Amino acid sequence: MTQNIINKIWQSHVVQSKPDFPDTLYIDRILLHEVTSAQAFAELKQRGIPIRNKQNLLATVDHSIPTDKNRAVIVDEIARTQVDTLRANCKETGVTIYDIESSHQGIVHVVGPELGFTLPGTTIICGDSHTSTHGAFGALAFGVGTSEITHAMASSCILQDKPKTFKVEFKGMPNQYFTAKDAILKLISVIGIGGGKGCVIEYVGEYIRSLSMEGRMTICNMSIECGARAGLVAPDATTFAYLQGRQYAPQGAAWERAKAEWSALVSDTGASYDHEIVIDIEGAGPMLTWGINPEHAIALSGQTPALDAGGDRATLEKAYAYTGLTPGQSLKGTPIDFAFVGSCTNGRIEDLRAVAKILDGRKVSSRVTMYIVPGSEQVMAQAQAEGLDKIFIAAGADFRMPGCSMCLAMNPDKVPEGKRCVSTSNRNFIGRQGPNSITHLASPQTTAASAVLGFIASEESL
Amino acid sequence: MQKFTTLTSPVIPLNLDNVDTDMIIPAQHLKSVSKLGFGEHVFSALRKMYPDFILNQPAYNTGKILLSKANFGCGSSREHAVWAIQQYGIQAVVCSSFSDIFFNNAAKNCLLLISLPEETIAKWIDASLADSSLAMTIDLEAQKISFMGETHSFKYDTFRKHCLINGLDDLDYLLSQEKDITAYEQKHCNISR
Repeated sequence: MTQNIINKIWQSHVVQSKPDFPDTLYIDRILLHEVTSAQAFAELKQRGIPIRNKQNLLATVDHSIPTDKNRAVIVDEIARTQVDTLRANCKETGVTIYDIESSHQGIVHVVGPELGFTLPGTTIICGDSHTSTHGAFGALAFGVGTSEITHAMASSCILQDKPKTFKVEFKGMPNQYFTAKDAILKLISVIGIGGGKGCVIEYVGEYIRSLSMEGRMTICNMSIECGARAGLVAPDATTFAYLQGRQYAPQGAAWERAKAEWSALVSDTGASYDHEIVIDIEGAGPMLTWGINPEHAIALSGQTPALDAGGDRATLEKAYAYTGLTPGQSLKGTPIDFAFVGSCTNGRIEDLRAVAKILDGRKVSSRVTMYIVPGSEQVMAQAQAEGLDKIFIAAGADFRMPGCSMCLAMNPDKVPEGKRCVSTSNRNFIGRQGPNSITHLASPQTTAASAVLGFIASEESL
Repeated sequence: MQKFTTLTSPVIPLNLDNVDTDMIIPAQHLKSVSKLGFGEHVFSALRKMYPDFILNQPAYNTGKILLSKANFGCGSSREHAVWAIQQYGIQAVVCSSFSDIFFNNAAKNCLLLISLPEETIAKWIDASLADSSLAMTIDLEAQKISFMGETHSFKYDTFRKHCLINGLDDLDYLLSQEKDITAYEQKHCNISR
């Protein structure tokens, strides 16, 4: 029987399956951070249940950690308690933590892959919806709540209903300014923020194959923004080249065996899916969002939609009122106040290189505050080794320490009230980057070009 | 765990699609290391921004049933969103659809979620906005929901219903599979994992 890769991974992880009950799914990897783990450690402790397979857990600090040079000092007392609680929990239970100054601290979805902890064919969970990022390696990776983290810590399993499968093919050759971020924004704009509900997406096609691991991670990362439970790309030579030699990846003869096993991890020819869609990206250019959720994305060359263009009218009205825009307008030329490069979506070395290429020899507009936040200490070190930090500083951008930063307004980095930000992050929800802040999601290239010009623009406008 | 059988209450109509978990509990309120203290912050940004937001209206803010539209609970996986809703006093959320992660998180905490057709939801929201005194009755065992003199059946997952009615915990159920889990590990967990 032919099978797609999603069902192959699922079936190889089912411990128990019976009618009218969710499947008991084996979880190979659990990633932890400070925000969603404290209650899990506390419950296990209270119930006297030990962690099963603590070698399958890996923790770091990212959401609440400040990104200034003096980040070891957390002024916010509640945030400090949260970070210190994770440190104490890891110490007490023997779970590996990559804390600040470990040379591997960073956003959990940047750190997992760069350590080779994320491997093809594995199941990975984290108390964070952007866990779908790890699907770029052909892993089945999804976000869960704290209860399911607790369950997996105790039993290495969680209860899940089998997902539906969804094949998304990007077809055609886009223009030179189109990036992986634009591809995923395009998909979300087509199928909507609930379009992938109940499904795991497999991304296929020549365009996907041509992408680096960084680009694939950007796409898989935002699978949750169309409501999908996860998104993945079947592993190939690009995947293996990225993983080989990384700390937690198999080494030597074990690497060869693993690679042979992973090479079979593809959808069989003629395999069926519950849903399929082809997204035409022939000649497509940069995208960005105008409204209050990621499906409010349009081509940068296009216009904002009419109120009766489809979708919930009340939401569209709310979106226009919040963003201060009007239906039928072009976004090009809209003045901005902030530019943010970073996050688990676009905080990797390739993203920083793309930004440096644009900022080299240019200045960030005097009206714009630009934050460039590496996704991890490794990304930061690489950027410094390549001299990118000097370019950022010379351009007048603020090159900061690793963390989630301005993506979600839970650490000191926020977009102030009423200010407009072009951001490489993943959510433009109301107040996401700070109370009453306005977010336009875009690629690193569009963000950098807009920062230089002081208004929304693509790289092409430079 | 708290058991759920029947509930009769006025409703809180939230006339929006895609209510996301950042709306339900903004990130600045996620720093607590306990599961408590989130109720007072439920929808705090919207309550602050919009004086006429439904939870700011005394006629509505005591309801135990939240009525909203499609894709409720989308976005972040934060279970804090479920805790915040419950700690505010809401025991059931009735919508045309829910996001997957929110749905799972709700089940783990005995927050009852009911999906009904879009037309029914739209009609009920309008009616409730016109008359705040209308009460809704939910009978989980019979899988019936009544409002405006109408009674509808709703689908509910057998396993989750069993857990909700008996106040059972998923973790106990998982730990009871210890032998199977060990057998699975012996057979499957190898170097390429």
